[in-house]
Formats: sequence, C-alpha cells, structure tokens
Amino acid sequence: MTMEAIRTEAVRAGDVRLYTEDLHLHYGDVHALKGINMEIRGHHVTALIGPSGCGKSTCLKTLNRMNDVVPRVRITGSVVLDGEDVYGKAVDVTVLRRKVGMVFQAPNPFPMSVYDNIAYGPRVHGIRRRIVLDEIVERSLVGAALWDEVKDRLKKPALSLSGGQQQRLCIARALATGPEVLLMDEPTSALDPISTLKIEELMAQLKRDYSIVIVTHNMQQAARISDYTAFFLLGELVECDRTDRMFASPRDRRTEDYITGRFG
Amino acid sequence: MSRPRRKLHRNRAPGPAGRRAHPAPASGGGTAGRGGVRPVALASQAAGAGRAGTKRPANSIDTGRWAKPPVELAMHGLFLLCGLLAVAAVLFMTVYMVASGGPVIAKVGPGAFLFGRTWDPEKMRFGILPMILASLAATFGAILIALPTGILAAVFLAKLAPPRVAAVLRALVDLLAGIPSVVYGLLGALLIMPLIFRLQTALGLPTRGSLLAAILLLVIMILPTIISVSETAIRSVPAPYEDAALALGSTRLQSIFKVIVPAARSGIAAGTVLGTGRAIGEAMAVIMVAGNAAILPELLKPVRLLTASIPLEWAYSGGLHRDALYGIGLTLFVFIMIINIVLNRMLKKGGVSLDS
Ligand SMILES: Nc1ncnc2c1ncn2[C@@H]1O[C@H](COP(=O)(O)OP(=O)(O)OP(=O)(O)O)[C@@H](O)[C@H]1O
Ligand SMILES: [Mg+2]
Repeated sequence: MTMEAIRTEAVRAGDVRLYTEDLHLHYGDVHALKGINMEIRGHHVTALIGPSGCGKSTCLKTLNRMNDVVPRVRITGSVVLDGEDVYGKAVDVTVLRRKVGMVFQAPNPFPMSVYDNIAYGPRVHGIRRRIVLDEIVERSLVGAALWDEVKDRLKKPALSLSGGQQQRLCIARALATGPEVLLMDEPTSALDPISTLKIEELMAQLKRDYSIVIVTHNMQQAARISDYTAFFLLGELVECDRTDRMFASPRDRRTEDYITGRFG
Repeated sequence: MSRPRRKLHRNRAPGPAGRRAHPAPASGGGTAGRGGVRPVALASQAAGAGRAGTKRPANSIDTGRWAKPPVELAMHGLFLLCGLLAVAAVLFMTVYMVASGGPVIAKVGPGAFLFGRTWDPEKMRFGILPMILASLAATFGAILIALPTGILAAVFLAKLAPPRVAAVLRALVDLLAGIPSVVYGLLGALLIMPLIFRLQTALGLPTRGSLLAAILLLVIMILPTIISVSETAIRSVPAPYEDAALALGSTRLQSIFKVIVPAARSGIAAGTVLGTGRAIGEAMAVIMVAGNAAILPELLKPVRLLTASIPLEWAYSGGLHRDALYGIGLTLFVFIMIINIVLNRMLKKGGVSLDS
C-alpha cells in the first residue's frame, strides 16, 4: 500500500485526529519543512524521530501554531484538527492551544507556587472560582503522577522541585487546560533515567485520554512508548508508519540506516 | 589544605627536605596556633617527602611553585583594599553625619525637631515636619505615577515595539537618564509651572511653585531610570517562560503581564529604588519648581523638600541654624535609607525567590 492510500483510509476511518497536508515552512531563507503529509491518531502515541536539525520541533510547533511568534516565518499547506484547518482565518490560537497542549524539552515551570503554575491556564481562560481551581489542580497533578509528591507543598515555589518533578509539573500544567492533544518536544532529554521512566509510564496512561505526539532522539524510547513513528530527514517526512512495523521492516532505505544507527 | 601546601613549596627549595621531618606530627592543627603556618608546613612537607621521595615526577600537578603567583596575590590585596575603602567611606559618612547632625537634634529636642511645624531660623524655631511630609508626599506621589508608566514603557520597549523603533527609543531614554538635573529644573520652570499656574488661577490660588509641580518634575526625572532598568529586567526573563505561557493559550498581553513582568519584579524594584534615590537626593531641579515655603504640604501650594533648605540657607547660616542644617542632612540620610528599605520590601514581596 502506498503512504497516500494508508493515509486516506485512516482519515476516512476516523481514527486520525490531526493531519498535515503538503505543509511547507520557511524560516526566512531556510526551507525547514518540505511538504509534510503526516497523521496523528487519537489515543495513540506518535513519535517524531530524525537527526538534529531535520525539522521535528518545527513540525511539532506547527500543530499548535507556536511558530507564529517567530519573525519571518512563512507557512503554506494545512494542518487539520478534527476537520478544521488550524491555520484558518477565523481560528483563535488561544483556543487552539488550549486544545493542543505542549511540554518543552527543558522543564520550564513559572517562578510561582506549584498551585499557581497549574492554575495559570484555567485562570487565563476565565476560571476564577477557588473550588473549581482546586479541583482542576488536584486532577491535573494526579494525571501527571505528581500529586502524592507535592500535595503537601502546593504553596511552595515550583522551582524548588527536582528536575523530574518539574517536568511532570509542566505536564500537569498542560493537562490543566483540558487539552485533547499533547505535544512533547524531547520531554525527557534533560532528565535522569528514573524520572525518564516515570514520564514514559505516565505517557502510557495518558494516551487513554489524550493523543500524544513526542519528539525524541532516543530510538529505544520511540520503540518503547510509541504506537506510530514518523521519520524526518532534512525537512522531509521520509516515512510514517506503525512503530513495530517501521522498526521491524522499514520501507525506506534511509529509515533503516537511521534506526540501525548507520547515520544521524 | 592549600595554605600549608603553598608554604611547603616555598620552604622546600633550599636544602635537603627530610632533615627536620621526624619530630613534627602530621596533624598540624595543634602547632598552627603558635608559630604561624611554618611548623605545619614542615609537617606536610615531611609527609610529602615520605610518600614521593625527594623527587617529583615530571608530570606532577605539584609544581613546586606557589599555588598563587604574586600577581594574583597583589590583585587580591588591591580588591580587598578597594572593598575596605568603600566600606570605610560609608562608615565614615555615617559617623560624620551622626556626629555633626546629632547634637542639634538633641539640643532642640528630637520631638521638636522632627515634629515641629515651624521652621524659622530667625526665631530659633527648627521644626522640620513640613519638609519631611513634603518629601514623603513628593516621593510617593512621583512613584505612584512613574512606576506604572515606567513599567508600561519598559514592556513596550522590550516586547511590543518594532526592533528599530525600540532601538531609537532606548537610546533616547538612556540619554534622558544622563541629563543634569538643573536642565530638568529649567524644563519644569518652562513647561510644568505655566500649566499649573493656569490651574491655580482657575481655582483662585496664588500662582506659585507647588507640590504638584515637584511631583511631575520628579516623575520625569525618575522615569528614564525606571524604564531602562525595568526593560533590562524584562528582557532577561528566560524565553521559555513566555513560550510556556503562550502554549497554555495565553494571549501575548496575558503572558507579559501575568508571567514576564512578575518574573522581572526584583529588577523593576531595583530600577525604582535607583531612580527614586537619585530623585530624592536631587535638590536643584526641585527647588526651581517647588516654591520652597516650609508649610505643611498641599497639592497646589508651595512646599519645601528636605533637600532644599541646605542649599537655600547654607550661605548665610551660622551657629545653631547651621547645625540645624546638619540635622536636616542627617534626617535626609536616614530618610533615604528608610525609603530604600520600604520600597524594596513593598516591590519585592511575592516576587521570584527560591527560598521561602
Ligand atoms: N527560529 C528559527 N529561525 C530560523 N531557522 C530556524 C528556527 N528554528 C529552527 N530553524 C531551522 O530549521 C531547521 C529545523 O529545525 P528544528 O528545530 O525543527 O530541528 P529539530 O529536528 O528539532 O532538531 P533537534 O533534534 O536538534 O531539536 C534547522 O535547520 C534550524 O536551523
Ligand atoms: Mg528540536
């Protein structure tokens, strides 16, 4: 089956939440994404892999329009979320970003208390009532497997947590706005193996409620946690397939070279 | 550890190393007190000699030279000297101020001096309450206007203005911060006073210098410092905070005012304290617009700030009057310290802090 065929089939079947269509992105003169056609399935983990500078982060950021703030950026093609074009004229990016949450490579909690970090998103979206906020904070922290560790120190500065805890706090903060899709850009690359393991376990749980896209440089991680994998090279999407299938029998020679460690 | 080792190498150079090795125990702690570092040096020298023989291997990190070369030591001394000099200057000033301003306050009586409502040197009345209140009113009035204005301007420069516009404005702001205050006084006399004269005429008041004019002038004088320091603080807030705020669905302005400005809070506080300190200490410009009558302050009536009496009356003062001016100096000194502390407390409260 061609990729095109797999794609249309999946979209029709309705398990694709989010897909890009002939997506091109230029940073000034740099052609960073070259006609990406990629689909993200609901309640699965999709891993984006590829050598440094191939456009993984760029592609991830087009999904919640975090590229909008970059000067001299030019985007063509479309990103479709539940049937709506993310780059459509009438799209409110704040609503989009509430639906498509993001976790960054380095933990970046705000210099506020643990509680205020989590409550930030809901507050920005107009939730003021204390009981509601309390409930959201607890639910998000439980969801990010952090509640037990911080429930007695909600008023403590978030920056006093360990790096791994901070990253789970950032996940909790992203969960607090009630997203449907979670984007994670190398969320464990700044963490120790134990914290990494915790976050990987967490993702296995989170995919029950969310669709997850994760950028990773770690092949084992991609193989362990993802259901689908997209391989990028020099701004192109070389291959996008079920992870087990891609790792067992990649269709493209370049994919095979990369995942077997022959380059990159 | 590094001290005895350094000594060791200086002592090592001449003569055989092991000669006096045996009597000194390797502990060091007990012997150090008596004869300086020397006995310890010999002790560890002995240990060293025992371990490695008298010869060092060619690639030893133990080079036999001083751990700190003379230049380094000399610079250390220089830095220490400069540090001590600064501390000494502050101490000297404090002592001098207290010694010269203290007696008059004791003589007039602290209550009568600080809370007396009449300043009339000819009748030997030295109450400075009107000046204290005028200074307080002018300072906090100016901060009340300048702080929000300054933060908004800083946000504009740091986050919203197109880069080229920001560059030009930034240069202008820095230029303003360096203008001598007398020039600001002229500006006040030429621009601010006539405006307020109109207001005074409309209200049937005599057209004189006023508290309002002093406040507006101070605002103009402290704004450049607040803007420039706050802008730096805002620009140095790590970008990931902003990214996180945007990714959570904040608008640009929400990310600025709910995350970035609070994170820059201590820098903004520093700018405010700096600007305010400069403005309060400034006598000349304010004298030109304030009217300088030592009466209890009202917005549209003349006021005299603490700084004003000294330059106004110094030349013809003598005796107790001159001492009273010293007393004002001391009061001003304490006043500025208190304002700094209060501002720091107020502005930094709830700001970024890893320890709490
Ligand atoms: N803000 C930007 N302005 C200009 N060029 C950029 C910008 N961000 C990324 N690029 C360029 O776009 C290309 C893709 O970058 P991107 O960050 O998406 O790579 P990546 O696959 O995430 O790499 P890594 O694995 O190192 O994170 C690179 O050539 C990079 O130099
Ligand atoms: Mg990246």
